[in-house]
Amino acid sequence: MSTQTEIGVPHFALVGTPNSGKTALFNALTGSRQKVANYPGVTVERKAGVLQTPSGHKVHLVDLPGTYSLRGRSPDEEITRDVVLGRLTSEITPDLLLCVADATNLRVALRLVIELKRVGRRLMLVLNMIDLARRRGIEIDLDRLSAELGVPVVTSTAVRRGGTEELLRRMDEMAAAPLESLGENTWKPLTASELRAAQREADRVIAAAVGMPARPDTVSARVDAVLLHPVAGLLILLCVLFVMFQAVFAWAKPVMDLISSGFDALGEAAHDALPAGLLQSFIQNGVIAGVGSVIVFLPQILILFLFILMLEDLGYMGRAAFLMDRIMGGAGLHGRAFIPLLSSFACAIPGIMATRVIDNRRDRLTTILVAPLMTCSARIPVYTLIISAFIPARYVWGWVNLQGLVMFALYAAGIMSALGVSFVAKHFFLYENHTPPFMLELPAYKLPSVRSVVIGLYTRAKMFLQRAGTTIFSMMVLIWFLASFPRPPEGAEGPAINYSLAAMIGDAVQPILAPVGFNWQISVALIPGMAAREVAVAALGTVYAIEGGKEAAAQIGEALASKWSLATALAMLAWYIFAPQCASTLAVIRRETGSWRWMAITFTYMLALAYVAAFITYNIAVALGAG
Amino acid sequence: MTDTMPSAAPCIRLGEANRGFCGRINAIHVGEETHGEAAPEIESRLLELGFVEGVEIKVLHEGPIGRDPIAVRVNDTTVALRRREAMAIVVTSSN
Repeated sequence: MSTQTEIGVPHFALVGTPNSGKTALFNALTGSRQKVANYPGVTVERKAGVLQTPSGHKVHLVDLPGTYSLRGRSPDEEITRDVVLGRLTSEITPDLLLCVADATNLRVALRLVIELKRVGRRLMLVLNMIDLARRRGIEIDLDRLSAELGVPVVTSTAVRRGGTEELLRRMDEMAAAPLESLGENTWKPLTASELRAAQREADRVIAAAVGMPARPDTVSARVDAVLLHPVAGLLILLCVLFVMFQAVFAWAKPVMDLISSGFDALGEAAHDALPAGLLQSFIQNGVIAGVGSVIVFLPQILILFLFILMLEDLGYMGRAAFLMDRIMGGAGLHGRAFIPLLSSFACAIPGIMATRVIDNRRDRLTTILVAPLMTCSARIPVYTLIISAFIPARYVWGWVNLQGLVMFALYAAGIMSALGVSFVAKHFFLYENHTPPFMLELPAYKLPSVRSVVIGLYTRAKMFLQRAGTTIFSMMVLIWFLASFPRPPEGAEGPAINYSLAAMIGDAVQPILAPVGFNWQISVALIPGMAAREVAVAALGTVYAIEGGKEAAAQIGEALASKWSLATALAMLAWYIFAPQCASTLAVIRRETGSWRWMAITFTYMLALAYVAAFITYNIAVALGAG
Repeated sequence: MTDTMPSAAPCIRLGEANRGFCGRINAIHVGEETHGEAAPEIESRLLELGFVEGVEIKVLHEGPIGRDPIAVRVNDTTVALRRREAMAIVVTSSN
């Protein structure tokens, strides 16, 4: 990990309960000077940044995962506990803990402060969202609060310009002050009775230092009366999801087309500028196409995360989980899994990245595992090609278009298999019989801060390009290599790919794929199809020696219709419901889970399902005379 | 459980309460049915979210399927939880 270790630069850490506005405060303090990475060996996000205090002190700030206590009941909370206690070897022990509290909601936060005091580290309480508290008529006697707790207290408003001035001034003092010797660490995990005692103490402090308004704030409850209504709430959620899905699917399309045609044009330019040969092919098909294949996902990722960040900041995500909990729970999925899964209809890559909203590691892994089963947009070209070539465009039952029906069946098969896989994973082999409880705070609604959302988007984009980019790019170069080497001999006939390693692999696996009705051309086309599922269409065009690329889809269709049996075509459709061969998805799974193991498991189970589905489809079709 | 409570008002479990129920927490008592999670863990989590004896609560909302989960006002925060876990919270009605 790239922990900066300059001498004398103090390390501060933000600790706080979920929904305390800790991340917004972190964004306000560090701006774009922040780095998002993972803690070594775990899927927990590490957010760190540098800031400059008014008198020029540099301070390192790390935003620790939100937690209600130091018990460490999830990997995220364990990280917080270990950093706070100075147990994490990869992390510098913080010189000062800034405990962030929502000033409108102090009960739980003050109990955390009381627990943190036992660690014996320097501690400061930051009352965030103080403007909101004042507007609601909550009167906080800061001196009294500080005296009762025995901890310095400072106020801030993360979302307002200038709202962190007082906090920065105090941080400045803390950074300048010589390091006090640490107090004794008397922290032990709190027992239930100690928790009760700490909460009573917190309630006593609140009674002494905080004046609550006579009438409590009911805005959120009144909004919830609509948004959590059993009927209206679900309908509104469906509308939100529909708009989001549309946005990821449709709004991103023109930009994605622009990016891919831009890279195509760049590739053409490189093609024209360079002499024919290996270098030309490497630059055009390896480097430029490889970089393009990464960047093309960026619009979808940005749009999806725009929605996620806004819904999260607004406070709606918890409500959505509330509404979906029972519906998703039936299949062993967490209520929060639906946004990642829905996004996976556009593309599994942003979907898998979006699983970060799920705190529980098991729930998150299950969701990552099944996300690639959602029919992504890259399968559509393959589906439409085969359907239009083999399925007659007639109407069944008078009004249902048969082609549309097949398309619908393919989508439904994807969803059903995702539910089935998550059910099996959850109940049989992945985890013991264990349903984690669903308990979460529904925060008061707040308007999202533009600055915080923009910073969030910026860090996502940067992370995707840097980390997923390198893996996807190297896989693209590998696939190019397989499809290009060795070169065809002098005077060889047919497309060059027929002489390549890809063709050799295709030939080698062809006997294995023969029982599912795949000929060697399909086997070969599946390898460049690793780059992206839809590339298989162009690759089929190449192996059948059809010139003209994507525009030649109709021709490819004709060629397939004359060369494939209906059984083969149906088997291909069944294969593509699962279609394990997507290098980018696998690369992102590797990145997000931090392990090759989960990537291998996903690939293997999808491959097995694809094979079995194609095998059954092919043999039934042959038995019915479609061979 | 109920008959051991000292309070005169009737005690019920929060997991059985309807929307609009107002009351005060009497006890946190996690039973045997914890679905794999250790009972002290459930108890700690409930306490951490603010479900402590003596606190005023109100059931604000119910989920769309089987009226589950429920959203409960605990002092000044709102917490969503399943009825299954809410069974551990013994409450006295105040209306």
